[in-house]
Amino acid sequence: MKQDKLIKAILMAVALSAIGGLGLITLFIFKEGLPIILQIGVADFFCSTDWSPGEQRFGILSMIVGSVAVTLGAMAIGVVFSLGLAIVLTQFCPPKVAGVLKPLIELLAGIPSVVYGFIGMVTIIPLIREYVGGPGFSVLAASIVLGIMVLPTVTSISIDALNAVPRSFWEGSVALGATRWQTTHMLLLKAARSGILAAIILGMGRAIGETMAVIMVTGNSLEIPRAITDPVRTLTSNIALEMNYATGQHRKALFATGVTLFIIIMALNTLAMAVSRRRVAGGGNR
Amino acid sequence: MKLAPTAPLPPVPASERRNAARRIRLMPSPTVTERIVVALLWAMAAITIAVLVFIIGYILLHGLPHVTWSFLTESPRRMGREGGVLPMIVGTVLVTGLAVLIAAPIGVATAVYLTEYTAEGRLTAVIRFGADCLAGIPSIVFGLFGFVFFAITLGLGLSILSGALTLALMVLPTIIRTSEEAIRAVPYAYREASFGLGSTRWQTTLYVVLRSALPGISTGVVLSVGRSISETAAVMLTAGSALGLPDSLFDSSRTLALHFYYLAQENISEANAYATAAVLVMAILAINLFAYWLMRRFIARGGHHA
Repeated sequence: MKQDKLIKAILMAVALSAIGGLGLITLFIFKEGLPIILQIGVADFFCSTDWSPGEQRFGILSMIVGSVAVTLGAMAIGVVFSLGLAIVLTQFCPPKVAGVLKPLIELLAGIPSVVYGFIGMVTIIPLIREYVGGPGFSVLAASIVLGIMVLPTVTSISIDALNAVPRSFWEGSVALGATRWQTTHMLLLKAARSGILAAIILGMGRAIGETMAVIMVTGNSLEIPRAITDPVRTLTSNIALEMNYATGQHRKALFATGVTLFIIIMALNTLAMAVSRRRVAGGGNR
Repeated sequence: MKLAPTAPLPPVPASERRNAARRIRLMPSPTVTERIVVALLWAMAAITIAVLVFIIGYILLHGLPHVTWSFLTESPRRMGREGGVLPMIVGTVLVTGLAVLIAAPIGVATAVYLTEYTAEGRLTAVIRFGADCLAGIPSIVFGLFGFVFFAITLGLGLSILSGALTLALMVLPTIIRTSEEAIRAVPYAYREASFGLGSTRWQTTLYVVLRSALPGISTGVVLSVGRSISETAAVMLTAGSALGLPDSLFDSSRTLALHFYYLAQENISEANAYATAAVLVMAILAINLFAYWLMRRFIARGGHHA
């Protein structure tokens, strides 16, 4: 019995490492990044578009706009496909076919982001340059690449949400004479609404946090984009591009970019948790 | 109970009635709508699979012809314009292997604690919150943290060890979640039988629960290996980009994914970029197939799909 207590204590200590790691990350990122935000001034740091490390001027507005633009674009493409896939896999697909399709979609999640970026660079960018205009490296290219990259996340969480709707809902609707599609879009999608919303929010987190693929297809210009064919730079690519040679204030400003990213991601995570908690409270059987 | 008399409904104007009738006539029947929608949905699924096949096919088609024995066994020359990727393969194996060796015991122990040793309460909620948040943090932020904490504060420098520790933290949530699901899928009767035979909780956990959950847990671990191999942003800031073969775990080493990034982004060598990507994609395919096979075996043994 004494041994069991000891084992329990050890396991508990180890189990706390996840939250401990999160604490350390928060502490160190803020310790490095927060002072310079306060030194520059919150308003100047977040609302200025002038990022000139050489002259010690650090404003990240254009990157915030860039990150938001590519994320929204990615969601516009990714959500439609993800929902379509989730509906097909849960409602219109024989289980055997679903058993083959699901691992394939999971495989999409396994492909390295550098490979996505590269494929985007050699196939999508020439197409955009040729047929849509602009330099090719653009918000549009990043949206397409990220749209594909968030697909596995959004699809699999949406599938869980759709599967969590009690079977009796479906049976009741079909018994009333509704077709399967009527049942799906009038009933199941509404019943699974909060789960799907959580999936979309987590997908946004994925998109906004993606780095390598984005660097390779956005062109990384520091201008605020005026059209979807304009190049942009995101918060993540700003860090990855300049961290290797940054020193002093410049490096601190990159950590401050990381702080911004961290806060955005935490807000999205919390939102997703709040939304999916409502689903459990609402009685979806999991 | 007496119902209040209902007021008569106001008459519907004739024009509106005609419009409604026209709308209904123009609406395709529900069965036709269903057919159109289902066709569209299947088209989306087909496009997705086509994209997957295209990406893998494109890389392998362009890359495999350049993957020769000497490419796999030589060091790069002239920044990767010539020569092979042996140091990157070694670096990738070391960083990835070490990361998973660190994360797997911690992740499985956490899952055991959450499922076998405690009731749901404030503490489990805090642990789960930590894991969920870690899972959402972008890899570049992990990279920043690993750089300032492991490389600078702990003095490990840009090294295989710094990279591995950073990646370990990154894959920890995946291992915790998949292990927890695998453990929860073990039927409760197994535990009862074990307790009934007089085993302690620890014996039951070790010899009954973990044994049955092993294929499920392994699936999570194997998928984490895949995720570590793919990772680029975090290792760029923590393991560095040295081109040579590492002598120790304190040496900097460039991983395959990062090498590919430099070759492609800085336009160093198209042939070698494709070849490196092909090696990377082959590794990912093998790992995913292995994970799939493990999961199949787990389900065949009576576990639930996660």
